[in-house]
Amino acid sequence: MATENLQDYELMVIFTPVLAEDEYKAAQKKYADFIKENGGKIVHENAWGLRSLAYPIDKKTTGLYWVLEYQADPQSNGTLEIQMNRDESVMRHMITKLDKYAVQYNARKRNKVTAEEATTA
Amino acid sequence: MAKQNDIKFLTSTRVEQRQKKYCRFKKMGIKYIDYKDAEFLKKFVNEQGKMLPRRITGNSLKYQRKVAQAIKKARQMSLMPYVTDLLK
Repeated sequence: MATENLQDYELMVIFTPVLAEDEYKAAQKKYADFIKENGGKIVHENAWGLRSLAYPIDKKTTGLYWVLEYQADPQSNGTLEIQMNRDESVMRHMITKLDKYAVQYNARKRNKVTAEEATTA
Repeated sequence: MAKQNDIKFLTSTRVEQRQKKYCRFKKMGIKYIDYKDAEFLKKFVNEQGKMLPRRITGNSLKYQRKVAQAIKKARQMSLMPYVTDLLK
């Protein structure tokens, strides 16, 4: 295995709203496991669920959003991309590279959320 | 002839000083503009959903580019529309 240089990435996927709840979960698990197999590490997973789209994508006006922050080596992203393109249930996906400020931002956002939940709970 | 000092103008002659525009990212120390929160990005977009120029938003060049990139990503993931009417 090449030296493991893990880069920070963020994956956002829009699944077709036709998916039932358990299919939605199964699809999430499939991709999460795929990343883990390729030597990646999941930092944080955040399923937004059903949301209305700003403009219709292939005749659908709502979509199941899913955001995943993970670390992986760059080659595995290529295969992940191919998997996504082949999968019909994925309407649109986007992988963005996170620089150090983005990672701090996400971490701070997560801590703030848990802090709020702690106070409200 | 009315003397100079007793001519009263309805509005003050000195136009009110327009407050200096500043780059909100530099001032507040924001380093990363997240493409996921569309609410924040809506501040940099007009009613039709088009991006506002730098002279209106007052952003510095570096952060205006980051905002532009974030808006384009948000549009791609249909968090924000490409063109619409009455966005706000």
